[in-house]
Amino acid sequence: MKQFGANLYKSRVWLLMTLPGLIWFLIFAYLPMFGQVIAFKDFRFHPDGFFASVIHSEWVGFDNFKFLFSTNDAFIITRNTILYNLVFIVLGIVLAVGVAIILSELTKQKFAKIYQTGMLFPHFLSWVVVSYFVFAFLSVDRGFMNNILTTFGMDPISWYNESTFWPYILVAVSQWKGVGFGSIVYLAAIVGIDRNYYEAAMIDGASKWQQIRHVTIPMIMPLIIILTILNIGNIFSADFGLFYQVPRDSGPLYSVTNVIDTYVYRGLMSMGDIGMSTAAGLYQATVGFVLILITNYVVRRVDEDSALF
Amino acid sequence: MRNYNPYGFTGKTSIFMHILLSSFAFLCIFPFIYVIIISLTSEQSLAVHGYSIIPKEWSLDAYRYLWTMKEQLLRAYGVTIFVTVVGTLISVSIIALYGYAISRKQFMYRKQFTFLAFFTMLFSGGMVPFYIVVTQFLGLKNSVWALILPLAVNAFYIIIMRTFFQRSVPEPILESARIDGAGEFRIFFQIVLPLAIPAIATIALFSTLAYWNDWFNALLFIDNPNLVPLQSLLMKIENNLDFIRQNAMISSQDSALLNSIPQDSAKMAIVVIATLPIALSYPFFQKYFVKGLTIGGVKE
Repeated sequence: MKQFGANLYKSRVWLLMTLPGLIWFLIFAYLPMFGQVIAFKDFRFHPDGFFASVIHSEWVGFDNFKFLFSTNDAFIITRNTILYNLVFIVLGIVLAVGVAIILSELTKQKFAKIYQTGMLFPHFLSWVVVSYFVFAFLSVDRGFMNNILTTFGMDPISWYNESTFWPYILVAVSQWKGVGFGSIVYLAAIVGIDRNYYEAAMIDGASKWQQIRHVTIPMIMPLIIILTILNIGNIFSADFGLFYQVPRDSGPLYSVTNVIDTYVYRGLMSMGDIGMSTAAGLYQATVGFVLILITNYVVRRVDEDSALF
Repeated sequence: MRNYNPYGFTGKTSIFMHILLSSFAFLCIFPFIYVIIISLTSEQSLAVHGYSIIPKEWSLDAYRYLWTMKEQLLRAYGVTIFVTVVGTLISVSIIALYGYAISRKQFMYRKQFTFLAFFTMLFSGGMVPFYIVVTQFLGLKNSVWALILPLAVNAFYIIIMRTFFQRSVPEPILESARIDGAGEFRIFFQIVLPLAIPAIATIALFSTLAYWNDWFNALLFIDNPNLVPLQSLLMKIENNLDFIRQNAMISSQDSALLNSIPQDSAKMAIVVIATLPIALSYPFFQKYFVKGLTIGGVKE
């Protein structure tokens, strides 16, 4: 104990430096983790504050989880979250890698810079702004899409009530916002490839396409694999802004836009069902945690240096 | 032997690639241009023809209308700028100090503190307990700090900072400063920080962007119209302008005036002025952003 005290004293400068961060982590990260016990309680607000509320609420065991999984909701939100993320991962890689390769092969780098600036633009916008952009296209009576449809004599579509189109819309919007950003990482890797490989390939008579297939893609494959596996670890969490703002929280679309994150939010803010929302959040956090552990284990086996921990 | 252009696509392929990329790049910017055009269209023209790329009748009415609610808008701008500036300063200070401490071998508990930060990337408390902590435990509902503190620290940025300090701040320099009698804080501010400017700039940019674009914390914690940031203001007028009418204090005055309010074009005009600062400034810090993205990609 005395030794520990002496060590603390010796580290006092460093401890002082980490103190603000430590306090933040304890309050904003670890206290909410402790708060997950609410998932096993019938939560009631207590006038004495946070701890009293948690302590005085009655234990209900797994009742909140039973409610959650007895409804159709649990299935729908899990399905939506996973399927969307799978599509985002696959399409995100294909498009980002494709764009990065083309950018790296353009002879006029000035143009490449201009394109990159354009493609990066959506990344700098908030989801609220993006939702207005989408609305400008999909507004029922004034939007771009319906203007085109009516010009060609077709019936306008009530986009915000018609769930069939939204899987495509959401995927398109997510890629529109993310591709420019995603391609930067791959572009950095491609630029880092030793030029000698390409010269050797050219001496052997390889065409540009062959060079891409046999040099560029194999060289960035490790990066692709690692980023993919890391994304799989996050497959259980969705981008709240994309699924809440872009469809404008429209009720008829819930079957295709509701994901775990929006479900938890609605449970908390509109239905006030704190117990079940917490249960859904704990379900998400736990499965996500397990997925990250598994993927990290896989990465470690494939390539030890790329493992997260 | 056939002759290849060693540095790029040839002839037609090259043209095709340029067309492909320029179309996509255009597609990325087009919605913003489109929204600018809508904001400059007269409300009458919008009512008859809907949103169009070449409006029949241009008008500045939407911006004139915004001028009548300038107090509300300026307040929202003020909140956003305050939150962004103060938030970024706090965020960068905490992250740099923490990252530096856990990058130094002299710090006995660096492993424990690294894990403490790292674990938050793996497991989270979830939205509901987080909400309860901020509103009940900290009592920050309707406080500007509810917009600042939750975004202040990010474990991933701490790890990026630590990696940077480990690689780019050589121990011998610090050792010689210690021999000259400098304390750790003095070393940090006078020697380490100047060396770490690229990493600091990167984190600051990420942080600035996160604060400027944040609407989620406002959605959770802010009801008070005086504390509504720009993005949140936009969100609140999503379907109508009631929110602004109430706060512009003109609701009681003149119903004829209310009817003359440009509805859709005004909404789009707010989108434009909320986005313009970013749209104008981002090409300048894009290169730092790109550099920063590649810093974090490397482990240890």
